[in-house]
Amino acid sequence: MAEAIRMFDVVKPGLATTVQDLGRPGYYHLGLPISGAMDRFALIAANRLVGNNDGDAGLEAVFMGPELRFASDCLIAVTGADMPPKVDGVEQPGWTAFKVAAGQLLSFGFLKGGARAYIAIAGGIAVPEVLGSRSTYTLGTLGGFEGRALKAGDTVMIGTAAGGGREGMSVPAEIRRAVGVQGASLRVLPGLYWHRITEGAQQTFFEDTWKVAPEADRVGYRFRGGKKLDFVPREQPFGAGSDPSNIVDSCYPYGSIQVPGGTEPIILHRDAVSGGGYFMLGTVISADMDLIGQLQPHQGVRFEEVTMEQALAARKDEKARLAHLETALAT
Amino acid sequence: MTVKTIQAPLPGTFYRSASPGEPVFKSVGDAVAVGDTIGLIEVMKSFTSVIAEEAGTLVAFHVENEDAVMAGQPLCDIDA
Repeated sequence: MAEAIRMFDVVKPGLATTVQDLGRPGYYHLGLPISGAMDRFALIAANRLVGNNDGDAGLEAVFMGPELRFASDCLIAVTGADMPPKVDGVEQPGWTAFKVAAGQLLSFGFLKGGARAYIAIAGGIAVPEVLGSRSTYTLGTLGGFEGRALKAGDTVMIGTAAGGGREGMSVPAEIRRAVGVQGASLRVLPGLYWHRITEGAQQTFFEDTWKVAPEADRVGYRFRGGKKLDFVPREQPFGAGSDPSNIVDSCYPYGSIQVPGGTEPIILHRDAVSGGGYFMLGTVISADMDLIGQLQPHQGVRFEEVTMEQALAARKDEKARLAHLETALAT
Repeated sequence: MTVKTIQAPLPGTFYRSASPGEPVFKSVGDAVAVGDTIGLIEVMKSFTSVIAEEAGTLVAFHVENEDAVMAGQPLCDIDA
């Protein structure tokens, strides 16, 4: 019997389901963002559960899962948001490898916590690499599946499975990041332009609870609900805009927080613009960037000031969590 | 007669009309046909229609216009 072609059909696409891997670093200085999974730990975990390499491409489904009909038998894992996967209507555990047989439908229940689910399929999503990555950058219509989110009727090819995954393999609960927790905090290292806001504003920025704005997306996570930040008076520098939040154009790092007009902080994420004329009060530390991708609209968060030493220690802890994952899945 | 609850398919902001000032899609007491739009949910700068999958009479709304909703939250009841 001829082997079935490794592919799936998109029956329903979800809200904005995109192909993502670990990103496309190296072109940000040319204005091309790093893209890739917003929650990288979750994608890596899903890949490892099905025997893929960490950097293989999977699907990122935000807020609402897709419905996919598989043409061949596949090993699948869903991680990240708490959005129960179903095979022909039968619920499957998250963070655990499960099988889908040829002809079966993968669908999802309502999102219960977090924001983005990662779907890894043994063999990875077989779209062409663009500048070294299979990640989708939708604003630039580049990479992924035809440079866009999946649509109903698409047929997506799957690569050849390496065979290292095993049905029932599961990520221990203590290594998974809890999603949907109220009172989340994002650690921030104040930056070059921190002096631009008043001492009072520096205080309220960290004291206030900020709520995720519904328009928050892969480009930037916008927050509102905290007190407007006041600026230290200055003489408008040559080349800067007239608003006190304007600066002479500068590079925007991944994770930097700009506050146009002092009202609504925006954390730049995987598909961000790489430069512009808004001051950045600081940067969310690398260890907390994954968490941002799991924040729901209207969820409240606090920003927490840390030092460079604390930021580096947190980065080390994140690396330890990945190493722990490797040990846990090897046994 | 059974009452079916329509749940929010995704989190966001719920709207009962297509834009401010326009009439609401449905009011309590209205007949609902399969495929009718009940409301919109806005998230990530896009609007997702909430569609009735069964016909009946709309008997109650559980949320107000412009309320923040969670995925799975009951939006309205339809007496089928």
